[in-house]
Amino acid sequence: MQSAVDTFQGDGPDREFQNYLGRGEFRLQQCQACNETIFYPRVLCPHCGGFDLQWRLVSGEGVVYSTTVVRRREEKGGPYNVAIIELAEGPRMMSRVEGIAADKVNIGSAVKARIATESQPQGERHIVLFDLAEAGSSGVANAGGGAG
Amino acid sequence: MGHSLRGTAAIVGVGHAGMGEAAGGRNALDILGDSARVALAEAGLTIRDVDGLFTGSSFHFMPTLSTAEYLGIQPSYFDGSMIGGASFVNYLSSAALALEAGLCNVALICYGSNQRTSVGGLATMSEQQPYEVPYAPRYPISSYALATARHMYEYGTTREQLAEVAVAARRWAQLNPDAFEQADTSVEEVLASRMISDPLTVRDCCLVTDGGGAIVMVRAERVDDFEKPPIYLLGGSSATRHRQITSMPDLTETAAVESGQRAYEIAGVGPKDVDVLGLYDAFTINPILFLEDLGFCAKGEGGAFVAEGRIAPGGELPVNTNGGGLSCCHPGMYGIFPVIEVVRQLRGEAGERQVNGADIGLAHGNGGVLSAQVTAILGTAATL
Ligand SMILES: [Zn+2]
Repeated sequence: MQSAVDTFQGDGPDREFQNYLGRGEFRLQQCQACNETIFYPRVLCPHCGGFDLQWRLVSGEGVVYSTTVVRRREEKGGPYNVAIIELAEGPRMMSRVEGIAADKVNIGSAVKARIATESQPQGERHIVLFDLAEAGSSGVANAGGGAG
Repeated sequence: MGHSLRGTAAIVGVGHAGMGEAAGGRNALDILGDSARVALAEAGLTIRDVDGLFTGSSFHFMPTLSTAEYLGIQPSYFDGSMIGGASFVNYLSSAALALEAGLCNVALICYGSNQRTSVGGLATMSEQQPYEVPYAPRYPISSYALATARHMYEYGTTREQLAEVAVAARRWAQLNPDAFEQADTSVEEVLASRMISDPLTVRDCCLVTDGGGAIVMVRAERVDDFEKPPIYLLGGSSATRHRQITSMPDLTETAAVESGQRAYEIAGVGPKDVDVLGLYDAFTINPILFLEDLGFCAKGEGGAFVAEGRIAPGGELPVNTNGGGLSCCHPGMYGIFPVIEVVRQLRGEAGERQVNGADIGLAHGNGGVLSAQVTAILGTAATL
């Protein structure tokens, strides 16, 4: 039997998420008790309280649940999109839809995930962005989805 | 009638100060102190009588401690639960519980902010959400914009209907000499104003003002000792479904469904019994959502409900008769002001904006990004 000290060693959920993104894998936690996939990463399932969570690859497919344009001034970089994406596996996350004018992003549009890396003062940060899913394509950003 | 907490505590003093722009370099606690002075004077009490303190702050990390020190009191009971602007409606219930349990005898609920004359924008100690930061939403407006966009998508709510909320608030403000914004406005002007985070323009957003408010509450058995007509807390309840907007289960429905249901149940009344409402209007979408969630119209019909002046002066349902956060004042956290306005309406002291024969009022607080919802039902002695 593991001691409590052993149980709580290793990378925390936020860092694990980042580690997977850094390897090009979009993984989210799935509860082994109720099967819900959750976001944001944490140590327990907010649906049932279960603590047995496994990182699964997700499809990267989603739908725009809501969208807004932050009207930043042109001299500061211009307007940009902020959206809430509902992932095919269930959870929602904040993100940005790219490759289309910020005000042309529509609720209900199918999107697919892409991992991007930004440099920050404290190092690299991997984030998930979305592009419109092309008509007829599977929209799978990380081939091989399904339970990890 | 009913629940054991119904009508056990009453408001016997209210006051506000520094609404709009506070004079003379007053800080947040000065404005709070000015407000407390007015409320205590109404109750014929002094600061020495206060032994229950309920306060939150946009400037002080330990607001009950900073406020008690400033006021020079050592309260026997205090509560500074921070659920954003809704905190002050929530304190009504915690004060009533503490009074009922004998943990204090005179409860002072109070707030002060000098955000306009100090930082010149929204003063907040809210932390940023780690999984939102990379996408740079403007806090808090982008969250409300996302909720608004979804409501428009699902129910066909229009920008014109949102603008009607702002116009109704301004028309009420024009009847309130203490309201900060008095200029005429119109749906067209709101629609043409600067977009901040689509679909919300600057006129869909609450004001950035200074201001403070205070409320004195005592056990109902003592109300005969006070000059003002007592306004009783008939019921109150708080609810939450999320903290950050991405965790809100349904962007078109708030936890006001639960807070309202529980408050109505304690009070033994329903929406049809309510004569006057104070709904926390940080953005024009808020009253639309709360009218739906509190049972004044069906889900999705809030936009049509507020159209054609229904919540404006002369309309059938008086909402935010002080001018609301949109036109009266919004000093960072607004929650104490709808309570104060409902009390004044129930006392019959609202002057030109008085709602005739108001006996039951509903004050509703909102905190975070639609995250905390708190409903209080208040009533005159006739409702006991
Ligand atoms: Zn679970």
